[in-house]
Amino acid sequence: MTGADVRVDAVDVSFDDVAVLRAASLTVDAGEVVALLGPSGSGKSTLLRVIAGIIRPDSGSIIIGGVDMSVTPTHQRGVGMVFQDNQLFPHRSVADNIGFGLKMAGIARAERAKRVREWLDRVGLGGFETRTVTELSGGEAKRVALARTLVTQPRVVLLDEPLTGLDRELHDQLVVELSTLLHDTDSTAVLVTHDVHEARSIADRTVLLDNLGGTS
Amino acid sequence: MSSGPGRERSRSAATGLNRLPGWLVGALVVAPATGLAMFYVWPFITLIVEAVDLESINTTLGRQRTWSIVWFTLWQAVVSTVLTLVIGIAPAWVTARFEFIGRRLLLSLLTAVFVLPTVVMGAAFLALLPSSFDRTAWAVIAAHVVFNLAVVVRTVGAVWEHLPADMEQAAATLGASPLAVFREITLPLIRPALTAAGAIVFLFTFTSFGVVRILGAPGTRTIEVEVWRRATQLGQIDQAAVLALLQLSFLAVLAIWSSISARRHARSLDLRPLAKPRRPRTLRERILVASIAGTTALLATAPLAAMLLKSVSSPSGWTFAAWSNLGSAEIRPGLTLGINPLDALVNSIQTAAWSTAFATVFGGLAALGIVAAGRAGRILDAGLLLPLGTSAVTIGFGMLITFDESPYDWRATWWIVPVGHALVAIPFVVRTTLGVLRSIDPALSTAANTLGASPVRAWWEVAVPLLWRPLAVGAALAAAISLGEFGATSFLSRSGGETLPIAIEKLLGRTGSLLQTKGYALSTILAAATIGLVMLVDRTGDVVGIRRSPNREAPDDRR
Repeated sequence: MTGADVRVDAVDVSFDDVAVLRAASLTVDAGEVVALLGPSGSGKSTLLRVIAGIIRPDSGSIIIGGVDMSVTPTHQRGVGMVFQDNQLFPHRSVADNIGFGLKMAGIARAERAKRVREWLDRVGLGGFETRTVTELSGGEAKRVALARTLVTQPRVVLLDEPLTGLDRELHDQLVVELSTLLHDTDSTAVLVTHDVHEARSIADRTVLLDNLGGTS
Repeated sequence: MSSGPGRERSRSAATGLNRLPGWLVGALVVAPATGLAMFYVWPFITLIVEAVDLESINTTLGRQRTWSIVWFTLWQAVVSTVLTLVIGIAPAWVTARFEFIGRRLLLSLLTAVFVLPTVVMGAAFLALLPSSFDRTAWAVIAAHVVFNLAVVVRTVGAVWEHLPADMEQAAATLGASPLAVFREITLPLIRPALTAAGAIVFLFTFTSFGVVRILGAPGTRTIEVEVWRRATQLGQIDQAAVLALLQLSFLAVLAIWSSISARRHARSLDLRPLAKPRRPRTLRERILVASIAGTTALLATAPLAAMLLKSVSSPSGWTFAAWSNLGSAEIRPGLTLGINPLDALVNSIQTAAWSTAFATVFGGLAALGIVAAGRAGRILDAGLLLPLGTSAVTIGFGMLITFDESPYDWRATWWIVPVGHALVAIPFVVRTTLGVLRSIDPALSTAANTLGASPVRAWWEVAVPLLWRPLAVGAALAAAISLGEFGATSFLSRSGGETLPIAIEKLLGRTGSLLQTKGYALSTILAAATIGLVMLVDRTGDVVGIRRSPNREAPDDRR
């Protein structure tokens, strides 16, 4: 399954009466990888969470694959999200982390195990199934987080500063891997970053978010 | 609060040659150790040796009545625990995840309810529930649930606060519905806290005494109440002793199980304090937060409000008769019941003053001794905790049957009740004081040594001055404990020497609206005094906490 197109239309978000996004709009074509660049506090992360349905906008709409999803809860949107700090489930093994989305989709155990194995091989972690996620290195944990999201073939992949805070060498290596993974799977993806080079290396298009979410 | 062996070693290394002289350590330890041996260990041994033999065991365990009481004790504790956990989860979530007006107040309110004396809690529910509910198991269970909500909300909330909200969101983006998120992610991660809270609530409800004495009936007695009844009302000392030991063995099993389960579930979670509580944003969130917080506050305040109202009402309308006649034992002109509420208040204050003095002096000495004595200190530390693990009823019972013949016939002395209270209160004084003493940087006294101070002088200048604040906190706690203590007092109090809880139980147990009203008035006074003392501790406790944290890890860093 390839990714779906995304349209964010005139979204307003404020927290405690402080406006974070004002009339923010963004269009991403199906299979396109877009990087959202902007200074901290410009609402990049908020916009991503609005697309994911984690934050409900005060007004505006989110359309994914031609369907208005503005009031659809997160788990029914078919979006995948990779967090800066991975948010791996500490009480589950590597395989159970990656298989979580498949389990939620009701996929049988055997099929789940097969797809988990495929993705572990794909991110270079073959044989890691029974490992404890709290004992993974930074790079390994990041690859598990990517696999956990991509294995579910989400219609949109949202990446919230996924490579921030990694050391230089690992960062550069993962930039290449991430770009390959996203394009090989024909994913629609929105990548939030503050690193211009990272944005250019991974994304097909770069969108600059100025304060309050005006795009250019 | 406990310190690892490595930590201990580094401390003695830092003290090294400049250890305190043995005579001083001995002098510190001797008084608390003797007191413990005399008023806890000896009565406890007497209880086992004198009262328990094969025959009494057979008689007690052979009675159908015994097992129906064990069964009731068990099921009401299980039901109370499960209900407390289920009901406590919602306020735990709301206070951990959201910032809202009155959040801190709600937490303080729950804590205030938790520290209320058991008879006050019983009285409050007696006042609240319609009389058809009085003296039923459900009245007992309802009181237990509200009483212990704070345990669940605080224990589980503390873990929940550290659980990143993003982890739950991550599960949602993987297709997990809110229910699936709770079942698959949140619940497994808070389960250790739930288990710990459950163990504590079970312990409290299994050994429930005051609440059951007020709200229970012949069919609804816990083992604890039955021990008291057989020992003091029926004179079956041996059977009461067997029951007390039966309860202790249940508690021992619980303690072993909970320490094993705590170890098994110990998971090194990298839970950073990321998930700051946030304001509810959507209308749905606001309604949810408001209704959960509101319901919880209502649960906690309604019983107390009912108690206050009942103290100023009579079948014929509002009246302050109970409050204005508090100093009179007369029911009708010329006819007295022998309980003078005002006398009970005075007795309670005197008792609390003495037990606070005993607990503070002995507890302070013990804390200093425990730190100075090293390995031997740890034995004293554990020994002083024992009275907490044993029930107050068992303590009072042991003292009752031990100090009944000369030259140890001390049952009629003025100090036996304060000593019983002090036994229960000393662990709290020791805990608050030890925390501060253990955090003292050993380099401070080393520095004093290099400036020419002898070890004793250095100790006097460095450790002792830091003692006052935690001792003040410990003293307030001891006073609160003594004011509300009911279990041990039930055995030790003499007629004419009733403390508040004893008088309240007697007044509420009689028919006659003026007596009941007086009981509620006394409960209100006791509730206000306890809450006042604990609020004082909360304030001072914060200050102690701030003092403690900065150099907490210093001894390790210094290696």
